[in-house]
Amino acid sequence: MNIPVYLDNNATTPMDPRVLEAMIPYFTQKFGNAASRNHHFGWVAEEAVDYAREQVAKLIGANEKEIIFTSGATESDNLAIKGIFEMYKEKGNHIITAVTEHKAVLDTCKHLEKLGAKVTYLPVKEDGLVDLEQLEAAMTPETILVSIMYGNNEIGVIQPVKEIAAIAHKHGALFMTDATQAVGKIPVDVNADGIDLLALSAHKMYGPKGVGALYVRRKGPRVKVTAQMDGGGHERGMRSGTLNVPGIVGLGKACELARLEMDSEAARLSQLRDKLQASLTELEESYVNGNVEHRLPHVANISFKYVEGEGLMMAMKDLAVSSGSACTSASLEPSYVLKSLGLSDDLAHSSIRFGLGRFTTEEEVDYAIEVTKKAVNHLRELSPLWEMFKEGIDLNSIEWAEH
Amino acid sequence: MAYSDKVIDHYTNPRNVGTLDKASNQVGTGLVGAPECGDVMRLQIQVDDNNVITDAKFKTFGCGSAIASSSLATEWLKGKSIDEAMTIDNMDIVEELALPPVKIHCSVLAEDAIKAAINDYRVKNGLAPIETEKSHH
Repeated sequence: MNIPVYLDNNATTPMDPRVLEAMIPYFTQKFGNAASRNHHFGWVAEEAVDYAREQVAKLIGANEKEIIFTSGATESDNLAIKGIFEMYKEKGNHIITAVTEHKAVLDTCKHLEKLGAKVTYLPVKEDGLVDLEQLEAAMTPETILVSIMYGNNEIGVIQPVKEIAAIAHKHGALFMTDATQAVGKIPVDVNADGIDLLALSAHKMYGPKGVGALYVRRKGPRVKVTAQMDGGGHERGMRSGTLNVPGIVGLGKACELARLEMDSEAARLSQLRDKLQASLTELEESYVNGNVEHRLPHVANISFKYVEGEGLMMAMKDLAVSSGSACTSASLEPSYVLKSLGLSDDLAHSSIRFGLGRFTTEEEVDYAIEVTKKAVNHLRELSPLWEMFKEGIDLNSIEWAEH
Repeated sequence: MAYSDKVIDHYTNPRNVGTLDKASNQVGTGLVGAPECGDVMRLQIQVDDNNVITDAKFKTFGCGSAIASSSLATEWLKGKSIDEAMTIDNMDIVEELALPPVKIHCSVLAEDAIKAAINDYRVKNGLAPIETEKSHH
């Protein structure tokens, strides 16, 4: 077992050596520009890109002509939302999204608000899922786009995308989903799910950083986005810029591996995750955040009441995890995702996200359980809130001096 | 963010963790911060008849720097008179622990906790609370 143990696979994943192997020739021998249509080097690169396009398309049940390569999911989100807003201006200016979306979606929407967009930020239920009735009620004749993520990056909940897509389509709007955390982990099918646009990223599924894709539906309906990057007219004019051939090859390989190994891998990871979760919730006053049924197989977000997340992570220094506490930021504001579930600030400060991955072993999970339990108990010994709780004092009855 | 060795030392081996009898007239208790902000410190002092602090204990809910700041404060308090203790400044803590700018609020909280504990002791013993000269918040 290698120390420190990496359990932050929602932030990024290590690259699979098989992906690296596929990429290497495209840095040195096969270095051609995929847009060089008049010589061998260009053809080899173009062929590799075409093959990767098929590999990506196959993972999400799409046609390869519907895949636009980008620099990652953030760019894909920007291209989709800004591109739809510009392209469908005539039809309307209303976009619906949810408060738990990634900043790449939320901040793009905020940007468009300055340009005249009307944006509805749907709240979520206590379990992190969008309320379909609220979505339906928010739809207007001006609604051009509904953008709801597939799986959440902090708590792992999976939104009812099929139902959301149906509501969007019923009212004549397009449905876009940021599926960065879901693609490659659970079955995602753009046709079965009714997805019109989908953002994905390579580095969340054991591929390289700096490359991703946007799926744009070509049939029923034919969706168009205006380019946000002007230049040579690559990617059917939707995304100019010389293609990152090695990165794209890596993305393709990562998609292929994820597709072939998804079933066994999801079963293995959810079993390990459940073990971790069951052991850690044996600790008093620990709570799992988000819906536990509709959830990605490799994520568990747990709040340990009366201990502070960043302090906790310091006690778990040989364990790489992530906390909902944002004590290091100037704002001192804890996770907006956890707060939107209705969690009090103190519980949000007390949360830890465990993200398992392809290379996580049972031994590492056992180690994580041991280290976390020890750290929580250590910090509770130090915690005045824990002492008060044990004495039966209601913390809400105390007048705290907010600072 | 990398923590300084001193923060790690106080965090790993916190000094004077514990609880004194808050009902005793010889004990002053300061409870500052708020759970919503991710920091709560409770600092207690035991004071003898000559107004000298003979013991100090803390418990802190917060990040490593908050725990280290309060641990350090208890070390500094022991043996000081309550008047001397009043002069401990948050910037002394920042310097000793090499806290980065984003963690200065942890030292501020420790200073507030010291002053709150002293004033609790003063009020219990019929002395007027001392107005703190600067307001941090």
